[in-house]
Amino acid sequence: MLKIKDLHAKVEDKEILKGINLELNAGEVHAIMGPNGSGKSTLASVIAGKEEFEITKGGVFFENEDLEDTAPEERAHKGIFLSFQYPVEIPGVSVTNFMKTAINESRKARGMEDMPANEMLKLIREKSEMLDIDRKFLSRSLNEGFSGGEKKRNEIFQMAMLEPKLAILDETDSGLDIDALRIVANGVNKLRSKDNAVLVITHYQRLLEYIVPDFVHVLHDGKIVKSGDKALALELEEKGYDWLKQESAV
Amino acid sequence: MAYTEEELKKELETKEYEYGFYTDIESETFPNGLNEEIVVAISKKKEEPEWMTEWRLESFRYWKEMVEPEWANVHYTKPDFQAISYYSAPNKKPKYNSLDEVDPELLSTFERLGISLDEQKKLAGVAMDIVMDSVSVATTFKKTLAEKGIIFCSISEAIKEHPELVKKYIGTVVPQKDNFYAALNSAVFSDGSFCYIPKGVRCPMELSTYFRINQAGTGQFERTLVIADEGSYVSYLEGCTAPSRDENQLHAAVVELIALDDAEIKYSTVQNWFPGDKSGKGGVYNFVTKRGICEKNAKISWTQVETGSAVTWKYPSCILKGDNSIGEFYSIAVTNNYQQADTGTKMIHLGKNTKSTIISKGISAGKSQNSYRGLVQVNSRAENARNFSQCDSLLMGNECGAHTFPYIETKNKTAQIEHEATTSKIGEDQIFYCNQRGIDTEKAIALIVNGFSKEVLNKLPMEFAVEAQKLLEISLEGSVG
Repeated sequence: MLKIKDLHAKVEDKEILKGINLELNAGEVHAIMGPNGSGKSTLASVIAGKEEFEITKGGVFFENEDLEDTAPEERAHKGIFLSFQYPVEIPGVSVTNFMKTAINESRKARGMEDMPANEMLKLIREKSEMLDIDRKFLSRSLNEGFSGGEKKRNEIFQMAMLEPKLAILDETDSGLDIDALRIVANGVNKLRSKDNAVLVITHYQRLLEYIVPDFVHVLHDGKIVKSGDKALALELEEKGYDWLKQESAV
Repeated sequence: MAYTEEELKKELETKEYEYGFYTDIESETFPNGLNEEIVVAISKKKEEPEWMTEWRLESFRYWKEMVEPEWANVHYTKPDFQAISYYSAPNKKPKYNSLDEVDPELLSTFERLGISLDEQKKLAGVAMDIVMDSVSVATTFKKTLAEKGIIFCSISEAIKEHPELVKKYIGTVVPQKDNFYAALNSAVFSDGSFCYIPKGVRCPMELSTYFRINQAGTGQFERTLVIADEGSYVSYLEGCTAPSRDENQLHAAVVELIALDDAEIKYSTVQNWFPGDKSGKGGVYNFVTKRGICEKNAKISWTQVETGSAVTWKYPSCILKGDNSIGEFYSIAVTNNYQQADTGTKMIHLGKNTKSTIISKGISAGKSQNSYRGLVQVNSRAENARNFSQCDSLLMGNECGAHTFPYIETKNKTAQIEHEATTSKIGEDQIFYCNQRGIDTEKAIALIVNGFSKEVLNKLPMEFAVEAQKLLEISLEGSVG
């Protein structure tokens, strides 16, 4: 589904990704771990197509198509979803209205009519119940005055609504207490299927207890320095990242 | 493609004014220039009674002694008032009994504006008076209204048919010498709408006036007078467009609202005069005086969506004369390219327990300047007056400006006045967030701007709100940096 080949990317002359290779197949969950500043969030942004990052070498391929000239909204239409580490506020735009617009824009791109209102309502009801979201919450302005946990839960709600093929969760666990973490993780697990893939980006092992990955990759200084199964995450928890930093320096 | 700031700028510049067509209708236009003869000629042309001619001449004499105000935060070349023609009318008989008699070319103009009269009649239930250049050409729904005793017609007709009402109220809220443009308007006003709602009557439909400047080199000076008698209610809509021209066109209107005891007037405007091209050439100078007076327990609510004009100078105001009266001002002002707007309101609290609310949303893009200017004045006898003001500005790009000039004068210790102001900027992060959810940049801006303006949009009548939303999108397409 997603292939990243020798990916180099920079922002304002600073090279951050220095040759990443990664392949995700449908049905798989991969975790990317690594210390602060290793390039985890940059990788997420580059996959989603954020303008300020420039690919200098290599590339990102989604369903065998090079994404280089694909605008962020077109990537979204193809089924790529990014759960933001810091979701932005849009005052005056309700969660419902935002989702309605997003869904209908994606449908338009596929040559479909707007989703009928009753279908939309049904979908909203179903997904909000699944994620234990109060309906009142959906009429509030997007992310405005939301707590950290509400923001993240809202991201997962949007993911549930949009049903992406590839979901990237960028530090979805940061700022969550244990209950919120469990709800968010349950939501993600419910959405897992053999047809979609999830890329979990996290600093800590904690989230991986709930969303169990098939593969774990460790990112350090813009490169994947080690890959393994979920045991690797536990090993990292125990030994810290320094151990790998030393190893990669050798 | 994703947008870089440069690309966005380019796209913004190429955004053209949608209503910039000119309709080739034969017109009768007066020679340029202004003097007493012209004033008399206008009055004669309109077959006005002598008192009206005198009133105009009096206004003209005041105007001659006045100077154009310079305190607003706008810069422009002052119009040459002798280079303007003060009367232009579609050259057909000016009033029609039914739509069939209206010049088909004119009707197609209205269709291009998206206001099919027929449709308006059937679907929206809006009674509409259309003022093209200077003359009112169509008033629909007159009969239905007449059954309730409501008078809705052009001001020229009202001067002839209902002189007692016009004579009693004209100039009582905006006196002839109130200001430079009001004096000019009083001297040369060509047409406009008149509306009277009898005691205790709730007007069953929205009343609407549509203004359009068509002829080159003409000024448009409408005069609107709305009188809501005791205990009555009316909702009034006003829309404006003009064709794109290189030279600046002048629009100097006066609107007077009179809400007698227990009456309520809702006055909504969607103003989309030609704003000038991307280099700031052409566009309408919009110098408008709008004011209403509230008697006991009366309420006046101004709602405006201003997206057009090269220069806007406009302060819809309320004089809260009667005890317990209420004034409201809800405004969205959008400026793009080289547009300049200095707009706001005045709330004059004279009566006891009077209340006013001001919600102003300014959106600036391109190289435009957007100023809010508001006065809240509490008189010494206005016990327990309350005001709440909120002024929010939204900026797009780094070359535009937003300014807020709130003036508060209170002479009564019991007054409660609150003022809140915010300034924000549409950020690349917001746009990217929307993009990532599949919403392209243009749609994202529309969404963000609509969200920002929601409190005001909600105050507009339903069908008008939809139009206003579209207008906001058109005015701001692509404008983020």
